[in-house]
Amino acid sequence: MNNKITVSCTKKNLKQIRDFVTEYLAAYRLTDILMNQIVLAVDEICANLIIHANQEDPSKNISLSITEKAGMLKFEIVDNGVAFRRSEYKEPNIEEHIRVGKKGGVGIALVNRIMDRVEFESNARQNTCFLYKKIK
Amino acid sequence: MKITNQIKDTTIIITLDGELDASSSVMLDEALSDPEIMTYSKILVDCKDLNYISSAGLGVFISHLQRFEDAQIKLIFYNMQDKVRNVFEILGLDLLMTIVSDYEEAMTIADE
Repeated sequence: MNNKITVSCTKKNLKQIRDFVTEYLAAYRLTDILMNQIVLAVDEICANLIIHANQEDPSKNISLSITEKAGMLKFEIVDNGVAFRRSEYKEPNIEEHIRVGKKGGVGIALVNRIMDRVEFESNARQNTCFLYKKIK
Repeated sequence: MKITNQIKDTTIIITLDGELDASSSVMLDEALSDPEIMTYSKILVDCKDLNYISSAGLGVFISHLQRFEDAQIKLIFYNMQDKVRNVFEILGLDLLMTIVSDYEEAMTIADE
């Protein structure tokens, strides 16, 4: 099964990424809710990389690969943009977001709550985000 | 993403059809930013054909909610698919926003 996709950094390509994840996961017969959660978590990371790390520059790419081992799904998302600084990340206060009318900043919270493990790695060459989800 | 509006007296019914992600949520933001929307007392959002929502879509609703509340405009979601409702629940938004099962219930709440 094809387990890797590379797309250029435009928001329009998010749909392609979601379709790719959905297709890959079809064989695992997940519930609608779990399937949607996993697709969402990957979409959130890819949206952040496309918009924030790579400023929607279509000359840049992000790559996603999916593997499964012993009931553990592993998503590996690679880009060459600005690295995510986890130390600067703060869990959002949704009520405060509502009060001030803030539009963004809840995507990573969704990812953290959906996935079993979320890791970020950066070196001089590239950034990699690893997402893990136990499905069996 | 297709967004259609239907007006019934002082109620505007917004029907969402498709997927609300970082790309398509811009359209929804434009629709909710239209000054005309502030002339209604109720905004009903029909989510029957809303097949997907990401944080960008949620963010649009989050960013307009207080403005509607301040103007005493009720924002009510109905006909929401379980998988979409689950995304609201993960962030606890189901407790901060009004989500009901169907149109009849939405109208009843809207008339309170």
